[in-house]
Amino acid sequence: MILAKQVTKSFGDQRVINDITIEFETGKTNLVIGRSGSGKTVLLKMLVGLITPDAGQILYDGEDFYALGKKELQSLRMRVGMLFQGSALFDSMTVEANVGFPLEMFTHNTKAEKLKRINYCLERVGLSGNNKKYPSEVSGGMQKRVGIARAIVLNPRYLFCDEPNSGLDPTTSLLIDELIHDITVENNITTIINTHDMNSVMEFGETVSFLNQGKLAWRGSKNDILKSKNEDLHDFIFASPFIQKLLDEANITMP
Amino acid sequence: MKILEDLGRFILLIKHGLVRPPNWRMYGRELVRQMYDIGNGSLLIIILIAIFIGAVTAVQFLYQLGNTLIPTWYIGYIVRDSTIIELAPTISSLVLAGKVGSNMASEIGGMRQKEHIDAMEVMGVNTPSYLVLPKILAGVLVIPLLVIVAAFVSIIGGYLASVGGGFMTTEEYVRGLRAFFLPYNLWMMLVKAGVFSFILTSVACYQGYFVKGGSVELGKASTNAVVISNILILVSDYLIALLFTT
Repeated sequence: MILAKQVTKSFGDQRVINDITIEFETGKTNLVIGRSGSGKTVLLKMLVGLITPDAGQILYDGEDFYALGKKELQSLRMRVGMLFQGSALFDSMTVEANVGFPLEMFTHNTKAEKLKRINYCLERVGLSGNNKKYPSEVSGGMQKRVGIARAIVLNPRYLFCDEPNSGLDPTTSLLIDELIHDITVENNITTIINTHDMNSVMEFGETVSFLNQGKLAWRGSKNDILKSKNEDLHDFIFASPFIQKLLDEANITMP
Repeated sequence: MKILEDLGRFILLIKHGLVRPPNWRMYGRELVRQMYDIGNGSLLIIILIAIFIGAVTAVQFLYQLGNTLIPTWYIGYIVRDSTIIELAPTISSLVLAGKVGSNMASEIGGMRQKEHIDAMEVMGVNTPSYLVLPKILAGVLVIPLLVIVAAFVSIIGGYLASVGGGFMTTEEYVRGLRAFFLPYNLWMMLVKAGVFSFILTSVACYQGYFVKGGSVELGKASTNAVVISNILILVSDYLIALLFTT
């Protein structure tokens, strides 16, 4: 479980995250949704230690991330995996080297053991046999899957995904969502996903946190989301003319 | 204030990098890769530049000393000392700031923009240590070797221009080369090469590491790396000259 407790962050005069407290549950896909500029990415970066909060605490199963010593922090980081929006694969390395990078850096396993683990992770994300390809030689969806394989190679306890569906077609998006969800459940890890994608929300939103102007504006599950009377949440969900049209044609009136 | 802020961040970047690596083999591999890139990638340009530096120095001094009582064999002496003390370390480093420095700034800056550095940080990699330190260390180890090559080739360049051009005999040139030799000057050359290589690699890494924005900013960082390195190299050249000769 990860707890962001009364977290605040400002850049200059602009307060980007305003006294947010959210608990992200273990074994679930915890979604964070909100408009562009609502503070989702800043929150995610604070959770993984890329941006330091001005106030508040980030607690990983009770351990205060920003109060840890160097060794403890290193140990915690090895339990964290992250999928970046642009995948952040190392261009000059093959798929195999990308996935194996954390193993090379932090383990003293034999070459055969490392290769076995790499192959397992690639198989898990459906990319067996692509070991020797370079990131530029695979599609955007495959790059995301390589990113997931790299994120899980050290058996993380916490998985962070920043916009895992951005730039992907609906079918590939669904595959990526299913993969992340399955990995979360199989390994009983705490997964936090930043997303704009309402398909993801309606499919896998076990716990959904809606950020608006740096504040936690709503929290619930996918089952509650359509019943919510939060205006900002409604504006966000039904901003798409396509969804509006579907609702109109089905003659559905929202609360 | 901006200079002080930059200086503070630069010192912190170096300080954060000075830690025990979690995996010596990976760091060693990165160091060797950097050494190979700097050495192999720059050798040809250094030889080309050095040969012409020596040749131009010889021809220029032949012209200036033409109607004086100073004997012609002094050319060997002038080429040797001007090359060793000043031209080989300084010109080579200025050229390498353009070639190696801009390359390093672009490489690290590109990694910053593509979130590679963030990805490594999240994994727990100490990026100043893994990305910056091997580059600086490789520069400090390899660039002085390139400067030694440059000094040697410059002297050959001077020989080709003066003896090959028919202005003096081989004996005269060699006599000049062997006259008034002070081994101390070689130390001065190596000190300059060491300091300049630290400046050009560390400034480039700093500019790349803290780059913000897009490709325009990356281009600016790369240019800044070269311009700032060149200025600092020339200032430190003056200070080292003062320190070693007065």
